[in-house]
Amino acid sequence: MTQPRTLFRKIWDSHTVLTDPASGEALLYVDRLLLTDTSSFHAFDLLRAEGHDIRRPSQVFGGPDHFAGSKGNRLEHIADDERRDLVVALGENCAELGINHFGLDDPRMGITHVVGPEQGITLPGFFLLCGDSHTSTHGALGALAFGIGGQTAHILATQCLWARPLKAMRVSVEGERPFGVTAKDVILTIINRLGPAGGFGHVIEYAGSTIRAMSIEERLTVCNMSIEAGARGGMVAPDETTFAYVKGRPRAPHGAEWDKAVAYWRTLPSDPGARFDTEVALDAQALAPMVSWGNTAADAAPVTGRIPDPGDEPDPERRRSMERALEYMGLKAGTALTDIPVDQVFIGSCTNGRIEDLRAAAGVAKGRKAKVPALVVAGSALVKAQAEKEGLDVIFTQAGFTWGSPGCSMCVGTNGDTVGRGKRCISTSNRNFVGRQGPGSRTHLVSPIMAAAAAVTGRVIDVREMMKGET
Amino acid sequence: MEPFVTLTAVAAPYDRLNVDTDQILPARFLLKRRTDPAYPTFLFRDLRVRPDGTEDPTFVLNQPAYRGAKIFVGNANFGGGSSREAAAIAFDTYGIRCVIAVSFGDIFYNNCIKNGILPIRLSDDAAASLRNQLHARPGATLTVDLPAQTVTDVSGQAHAFEIDSFSKTCLLEGLSQIKLTLRHSDAIAAFEQRYREKISWV
Repeated sequence: MTQPRTLFRKIWDSHTVLTDPASGEALLYVDRLLLTDTSSFHAFDLLRAEGHDIRRPSQVFGGPDHFAGSKGNRLEHIADDERRDLVVALGENCAELGINHFGLDDPRMGITHVVGPEQGITLPGFFLLCGDSHTSTHGALGALAFGIGGQTAHILATQCLWARPLKAMRVSVEGERPFGVTAKDVILTIINRLGPAGGFGHVIEYAGSTIRAMSIEERLTVCNMSIEAGARGGMVAPDETTFAYVKGRPRAPHGAEWDKAVAYWRTLPSDPGARFDTEVALDAQALAPMVSWGNTAADAAPVTGRIPDPGDEPDPERRRSMERALEYMGLKAGTALTDIPVDQVFIGSCTNGRIEDLRAAAGVAKGRKAKVPALVVAGSALVKAQAEKEGLDVIFTQAGFTWGSPGCSMCVGTNGDTVGRGKRCISTSNRNFVGRQGPGSRTHLVSPIMAAAAAVTGRVIDVREMMKGET
Repeated sequence: MEPFVTLTAVAAPYDRLNVDTDQILPARFLLKRRTDPAYPTFLFRDLRVRPDGTEDPTFVLNQPAYRGAKIFVGNANFGGGSSREAAAIAFDTYGIRCVIAVSFGDIFYNNCIKNGILPIRLSDDAAASLRNQLHARPGATLTVDLPAQTVTDVSGQAHAFEIDSFSKTCLLEGLSQIKLTLRHSDAIAAFEQRYREKISWV
């Protein structure tokens, strides 16, 4: 009898080339490597310096996203020559080395974590890596996906990654989500529960009826933010929803190979009785729309709540950390979250830049007027095209929102879309760190409908009040 | 890569929790190449330099006693957040060769090793004791011995730390991991052939 195994363990085992007996580290075979414009140049520089070849260029996919301009999809829309040079260099490196590349003007371009699932580059059972911490997104399809840093060159040269064994955590969310509670609110609640380091050394499997009932796009949102709890990756077991999503995508298997693949994918979910190192349970029915107030995604509370008082925090270091966050954020303990004024709004990112996110936000924006500057940036050119086909761009622009070109944009501000010093941005992105959206910027993380609601009211508002009577 | 064996150097204490990689290297410097002579000035840029462009004298690395530090002693959840290798590059170009903390962001930990920086995990108590000693005696040195896996503090007490043997070898010999891994090329090729027979859609 073989031991019951978790989804994580099965993928880990099936990719283990060898294990170093001394260190216990495994050499894992990599199915897919994604390259972005911000980090890959370090890797190409190193490979050239050491004289290594690319082992499997057909399994590597590159494209600009962090530096892509939101005002258009051409080189001239990139902020400056330095960034332009890096985007050009990525394209040239990929062309020279035979690596797949979705350039700025490619109809498939976009944020790598949106493009991967969209193109069928990400598939169940795969081990996928990218030099970006939000690579955990891809786990929503039943893949094992990590962010890596300096190992990109190593993977290009060897198609393998050395990795220390990780622990498996299961976060089970049960029950029907209440009205107005989105996948973003589910993951913000989970991170709040775990804390910013609660997932250290773990890969999280999200399970339970709430997760099962989610669309793939919702699962992508959940898995995306696993790193904000410190976890290495997040994943959801592949099921019929997954297969329906993957089928027919450009890079997905077809014909007889499709049947073979699905049969294999059905063996991946965690076995009954598989042991998880850590278990966490959450009741979906108790959830509410969430708003972050501090400088980690764990610093979040239901919109009906108030800014917590650091004085109530018994741990002195944690108390100082809260005090610093409130000072940076310009907030006072005890303030109702709905009393927070808003300077601007950003809707987009690898967390919430997919078509379902834009539809939901447009539903709130429709027929209303933005009271503060609001930027909407689709996660990919295909998402943008689909949104335009559905007229969402018209809804947004008529409501006074700006409709941008795809990329990471204001989530991280590396393309020049930044939030000014001391300005408060309500954002559907994934990080509210000090200076994340620009030096001195103040970020509040929310769902797309909460962001749209903030844009049309000019303050943080419980979107459920606005949605009453609407369907 | 410069090998790391032993190091006796000035250590800078920094008490904050959750120092993420955005603090270590703000995103706007991501596009810089490591050969940029200004790279050392990007480390902790927004903590070291105030909005008006002047240095913040309260930041530890701006204080004369700690300016030449080669060891940095942090707190828990150090280097979490963004996977940017540039955060490790910033430490490296500044001249920091060893970062001690209670816990590290996983990716940052690995990025340190790839860049020849020794990341050391110590217990909450040991790290706090080190920081307190360094606050009390600015400019004091610590001694890090990688072969013995110890950090000797200002009072002479040695604290043991753990590191896996692969990372240890890479640091001790200053070796690129790629060259070490390519010694397993035959095993990788054999694995790949078996794997592709089963997962033909890769």
